[in-house]
Amino acid sequence: MANPTPLTPQGYLLARTRWHPLEILFWLATLLPFLVFPNYLSLASQIAITALFALSLDIILGYAGVVSLGHAAFFGIGAYSAAIFSKHVWGEPFSGLLVAAALAGLFGYATSFIISRFRHLPLIMITLGLGLLAHEVANSAHWLTGGSDGFQGVSTEPIFGLFRFDLYGKTAYAYSLAALFIVFLCARRLINSPFGLALRGIRENWNRMPAIGADSRAHIRKAYTIAAVIAGICGALLTQTTNSASLESISFQRSADVLVMLVLGGAGRLYGGLIGAAIFMIARDQFSGIAPQYWYFWIGILLVTVVMLLPNGILGGLSKLLGRWSRK
Amino acid sequence: MSAVDNNAGIALATRGLSRSFGSLVVARDIELNLPVGARYALIGPNGAGKTTLINLMTGMLPPNQGQIILGGEDITALSPQARVKRGLARTFQINSLFAHLNPLEAVTLAVCERRGISSRFWQNVAVNKDAIEEAYEILAKLKLGDVAYQTTRELPYGRQRLLEIALALATKPKVLLLDEPAAGVPQEESGDIFEVVAGLSNDLTLLFIEHDMHVVFRFATHIIVLVGGAVFTEGSPAEISADPGVREVYLGKRHHG
Repeated sequence: MANPTPLTPQGYLLARTRWHPLEILFWLATLLPFLVFPNYLSLASQIAITALFALSLDIILGYAGVVSLGHAAFFGIGAYSAAIFSKHVWGEPFSGLLVAAALAGLFGYATSFIISRFRHLPLIMITLGLGLLAHEVANSAHWLTGGSDGFQGVSTEPIFGLFRFDLYGKTAYAYSLAALFIVFLCARRLINSPFGLALRGIRENWNRMPAIGADSRAHIRKAYTIAAVIAGICGALLTQTTNSASLESISFQRSADVLVMLVLGGAGRLYGGLIGAAIFMIARDQFSGIAPQYWYFWIGILLVTVVMLLPNGILGGLSKLLGRWSRK
Repeated sequence: MSAVDNNAGIALATRGLSRSFGSLVVARDIELNLPVGARYALIGPNGAGKTTLINLMTGMLPPNQGQIILGGEDITALSPQARVKRGLARTFQINSLFAHLNPLEAVTLAVCERRGISSRFWQNVAVNKDAIEEAYEILAKLKLGDVAYQTTRELPYGRQRLLEIALALATKPKVLLLDEPAAGVPQEESGDIFEVVAGLSNDLTLLFIEHDMHVVFRFATHIIVLVGGAVFTEGSPAEISADPGVREVYLGKRHHG
């Protein structure tokens, strides 16, 4: 059997999971705000959190093909869990993260049994409904969440008892970035795992999966729970870094925004959500400085342009360009 | 035909398998016995219910009545994936592949599912050397080794048909149901696909749907003729080709075509 490539099959798959120089460059660039934009560290922290949120959506949407319009439910559960935990139990941030992750994961696991039974439009409607439901529960449980007045009394202790969350966001960005990087490493491993391969199989051909003996629903339940855990961590990060929690964290707007970011950046490619979140958040920051009430106008134009010209998002377009360039 | 209750040597059997959509009967009281190592062909005019029968046996369509027995075990109530796990695999008449995965990834996926390691989200897929090598061996056996790293959608159509079979083989089936494995392939290439099919292990029980009678007579040891959702007749190639009834419903139109 003639085999023109010198790699063994295992070597080939191994090579595909190696770090690309651009990836290393990307992560080095995330350190730039500390040096170059010290006035924007709070924004940088929010971008890191949102990027992680987009990554969590990417696991279910980009890889398993599960479109969700209610992903903020898990973000909100994480945000409120961390807030309530810091007020009533203690303010140590890592334990707060864990509690938020566990509660969001629990809710994700419970709803995954519904999610995994549906596809396409019914699935979008169900996730939308569950998201709205979560929002209304948080709204009506005024005694617990503060409802529309916002949660009062978040108290986050310094990290390791040493690093206080300062006004300039230095600690906040370091904390959020560390969380983003660590969870990203886990997500990267997941995508390159046998499970990640199965998720891509589900995305590529849902109908074939049972014919190769795969239980797609079990895979989706698992992916959905993992995505919920990550979203819960994001919510907790936002609560801890801003010392507040509000209904905004569990709103439909947040679910819609994260979907827009992922589509902008490019779904189904680890860095798509990260790039999309950065572009979206920076655009919001800049445009809202010009005309606060109309900034979605520009996001709308950006979204339509990107989807029309680059169906696989900004990153999809870039990698196509890069592929063409490197082949020459 | 009397039902054989003694399952010795029977890999796959159906008992009184029936299915209808409203007043349209697509499967009527179908009794089949596929002995271990069989090379059976399923023929019949368009709309006879051949693909429907495969859908019924693999669990993609639930029957109204009847049983499906795999190696002596009643699998009628099992999900499609549970049947695959017990050794009943199929291919599709219209390619049902993973367009953006390459053949190595797709077959590795199927091997991982069979080995029960597909839910491992914490380890790099590339550390599973045995699974990957097994996948590559299947591809090499089906002459797909040289395109193992090419995206599936970019493969020539004939190669994609072979990948259909490779995916099914990765489940290590005891019984393999092939729904027109050479559908859409130019006639001069369809022989190549059936050479691959004929070269499969003798322990593997095969049932294939095929329209080309030359291919059927060459590769099948036994032919089942399906008409209007019911078994019209069955027998050896010689018996079937001599059967005037079969000639009338089926061969007559095509034999000299």
